[in-house]
Amino acid sequence: MDTGLDPGPWPAAGPLTGEYTGPQTGERVRNQPGMTREPAHRPTPCPPAATMGRVLSYAVRGLTRRHGVGEHAVLATCDLDLDIERGEVFGVLGPNGAGKTTLVRQLMGLIRPDAGSIEMFGWDVVSRPDIPPRLAAYLGQGDTALADLPVSVAVETTARLRGLGRPAARAARTAVIDELGLAPIAGRPLRHLSGGQRRLASVACALVGHREVLVLDEPTTGLDPTARRAVWSALQRRRDTAGVTVLLVTHNVLEAESVLDRVAVLEAGRVIACDTPGRLKASVSEDVRLDLVWRFEPPGDDPIIARLAQQAEITGRRWTTRMAAVDAREALARLTTGPAFAALDDFTLATPSLEDVYLALGGASRTLERS
Amino acid sequence: MTAAAAYDATSQPAGQDGAVPDRAGQDGGTVSGATIVGGAMPLPPNTRFGAALRAVYVGQLSRARVARVPLLFVAAFQSLGIMLLLRGVVDTGNETTSEQVVAGSTVLVVAFIALNLLAQRFGALRAAGALDYYLTLPIPGSAVVLGTAASYASFAVPGTVITAVVGALLYGLPLSGLWLLLPVVALAGASLAGIGAAIGLLAPRQELATVAGQVGMSVVLFVGIIPADRLPAGVKLLRDLVPSTYAVDVLAAAFRPSIDWAAAAVDLLVCAVVAVIMLTAASMALRRAGNARR
Repeated sequence: MDTGLDPGPWPAAGPLTGEYTGPQTGERVRNQPGMTREPAHRPTPCPPAATMGRVLSYAVRGLTRRHGVGEHAVLATCDLDLDIERGEVFGVLGPNGAGKTTLVRQLMGLIRPDAGSIEMFGWDVVSRPDIPPRLAAYLGQGDTALADLPVSVAVETTARLRGLGRPAARAARTAVIDELGLAPIAGRPLRHLSGGQRRLASVACALVGHREVLVLDEPTTGLDPTARRAVWSALQRRRDTAGVTVLLVTHNVLEAESVLDRVAVLEAGRVIACDTPGRLKASVSEDVRLDLVWRFEPPGDDPIIARLAQQAEITGRRWTTRMAAVDAREALARLTTGPAFAALDDFTLATPSLEDVYLALGGASRTLERS
Repeated sequence: MTAAAAYDATSQPAGQDGAVPDRAGQDGGTVSGATIVGGAMPLPPNTRFGAALRAVYVGQLSRARVARVPLLFVAAFQSLGIMLLLRGVVDTGNETTSEQVVAGSTVLVVAFIALNLLAQRFGALRAAGALDYYLTLPIPGSAVVLGTAASYASFAVPGTVITAVVGALLYGLPLSGLWLLLPVVALAGASLAGIGAAIGLLAPRQELATVAGQVGMSVVLFVGIIPADRLPAGVKLLRDLVPSTYAVDVLAAAFRPSIDWAAAAVDLLVCAVVAVIMLTAASMALRRAGNARR
């Protein structure tokens, strides 16, 4: 991992930079009750807690939480196990409704699990919901209670509520506002800002004042690419200089691949995979993804078109197919030289993404974001 | 690790115990042993109650800069209107009635803001999931409730002063006892804000919090402005149950040449007791609010 304090070291796209190589000791494969089925190449499970005398940021066992009652009850998290190492950027990736928010709300002591245990640095969170606020900062998906306040006041108030004295709170406020590029709008009330600016101001509130852990529920939703990179850099800086653990909920594949050391893929309240993005992608398949976008209906009598149409997942004018790299190259060569080329508007050939991992492991939803 | 450790982009966070945590996991995970006692990390302290209360209060108070007119003066317009209306009906020679109308209208300002608006505010915060913000900070729930309630009581101050002074001039009452407005607004504000906060945090739905807040304000208006001897028997009982009544009685006495101090002290004590009970209930409801939602 290249580190350093220069801003924007994490690219918005491209090769995986957060290649997490550990943990390599104390690792053992064990049954994950949450697995719905055995994947072909079983990903490394989250390692068990307290091996080698380590203290984990979070050690979660058998976490179960039901929503609703009677026949409308749904298992939002179901017998879920997770270990989050100190100082890692850990992601929870999944489609809408996978139970990501319910999971982090339990980790923050906001809701009690129906069953299971949560340990945070060795403390039992289920019996002591006052523990997470002392060790972690949280950014929820909801609006902040300070939406009426100017950005700088909201950030400073949060710093003071985290126990900083007035001079320290002012200094921390100024630092985080500069860090996230919020200075031009620091005097404006959050309510009067655009959605993305408001989100960024909420991120500033979460980041102000040092915490051991940052639990952020979709922090970059609605942010423009510059702001998104500023947030990613800010998280990385805290991890690198202070060993801060970051737990990041996302349904954005690009974000997951760009910033996470390890990622747990959630589907219907269960962890269906948990490993580094690189290893997860390598584990599922050698296939590549070929995306074709048509200007108009392609000629159906072309044999290559007919073959692609059979295996493609078709969304409007976009065809998405997965196949071996050599087949994809050949198909593309024939498409671009044949009569179908006139109908072709755009195409992309890509190596597997975490979305492919999610689909290969049995994920059913199509709501993951790619950009 | 001290809680008062500001993150600065250019420096380490203040790890006073000298333990800058490593990246565990990279090489088998070595964690600075110095920070680990008995297997669990030492906890940073909670933010002190006083500091948290002050931060919530000051933060909420600065909302007045953004929404000055609705927060500070709308309530006064309503009370001024009522006093003008009744000026044509009430015989100004009847001092008891005049005192009651002015005192009732003044306390109504407090009820409008501290009870009605605060109930709506907490109901809305709860519905929007915005209470998570407070619930995930290392502060006691009572600091949030008390700080917010105190700010709403403060919002009521300009409106009560305007109402009391205009009312006294309108009905020809002496202004000399008006200093009593201070304890009256403070204690009526605390008790009504306690009720407002409890309504907002306990109502199962946001709409119910709004309705309950408005009904509460209407009760204060009804039993506060109409003189006690003209109320029907059942309503008299209601009058005794509402804490604003005691505030109205003290304030009405303030317009008289001689004040029964013992009675006034008892009345203010009732307000204080109700305030303590309701603010405690609201603080407990705040802790529950996170778990009950969704």
